[in-house]
Amino acid sequence: MREHTLTPGSHPALAHHFDNLEQQAEAATLGMWVFLLTEVLFFGGAFLVYTVYRHMYHDAFVVASHELDVVLGTINTAVLIGSSLTMALAVHAAQVGSKRLIQIFLILTIVLGCVFLGIKATEYLHKFHEHHVPGPVFQFEAKYFREAQIFFSLYFVMTGLHALHMVIGIVVMLVILWQASRGAFSAEYFVPVEVIGLYWHFVDIVWIFLFPLLYLIGRHGVA
Amino acid sequence: MAAHVVPKKIYYTIFSALMVLTLVTVWVSGFDLGPLNTVVALAIAGVKATLVVLFFMHVKYGTRLTKLAIIAALYWFGILLALTLSDYLTRSWRTYG
Repeated sequence: MREHTLTPGSHPALAHHFDNLEQQAEAATLGMWVFLLTEVLFFGGAFLVYTVYRHMYHDAFVVASHELDVVLGTINTAVLIGSSLTMALAVHAAQVGSKRLIQIFLILTIVLGCVFLGIKATEYLHKFHEHHVPGPVFQFEAKYFREAQIFFSLYFVMTGLHALHMVIGIVVMLVILWQASRGAFSAEYFVPVEVIGLYWHFVDIVWIFLFPLLYLIGRHGVA
Repeated sequence: MAAHVVPKKIYYTIFSALMVLTLVTVWVSGFDLGPLNTVVALAIAGVKATLVVLFFMHVKYGTRLTKLAIIAALYWFGILLALTLSDYLTRSWRTYG
């Protein structure tokens, strides 16, 4: 669609260097995808390190992963998938131009994101109490003492980076929620909603892989 | 704007599928499949991620440029994995614990 149905300046949200709103939206979403591409490699490095160490210290990783709470992990997975649904519905609301529903679904997404972080915080707290945080106070069965610290280091780094991404996403959503409340979006222009949606779904995908790798695949196989 | 509006029903269907797959992956992890544990878990995660990308992220209805960006991401991640693992997995002199 390249017809100039909108001349430059005809819409307050149209930047002067784009022909029309559609071209502007395409450029913005492609920009987000390129950013997510770099994020794939950013998290990919962590997944790679996890793969190598799990291969090297298989038994220790299996034993250490038994310390994670599968029930809480499953609940959190469901919560995050739910937040992806509400985010998809927020973008849908933006597409059909419903200012009210954008705000409702953004708030729901933020709430579910906070629930996830709350459950994660409980799990972290539990790890502190159990002395499963790598460092001077770490306690574990002597046989796997050193290797288990590598597992828990990776656990905290990977889930921590994931949680940090969620915190950033929630802050950005709050800004977009404020913009939405001021009537910044319409069925013609809703690029920020669409773009934060892509980001949030990406964060969901990272967890979709973290959950089985950290919580599930070690439930059997102790040599 | 001519953005493709995905019917809400599709979102609900995908959400249900993701939930079912989550329960399946937890259920399957209760069985000892040996080395297949990891393969099955990652396969289910792969299906879930694909559903999210295609429908929640609108890639099914998106431009070819978007698809190219995703293929590029997977391709470069593949290089990262292949080159590193071809080193670590072939150090036969090393004793793995």
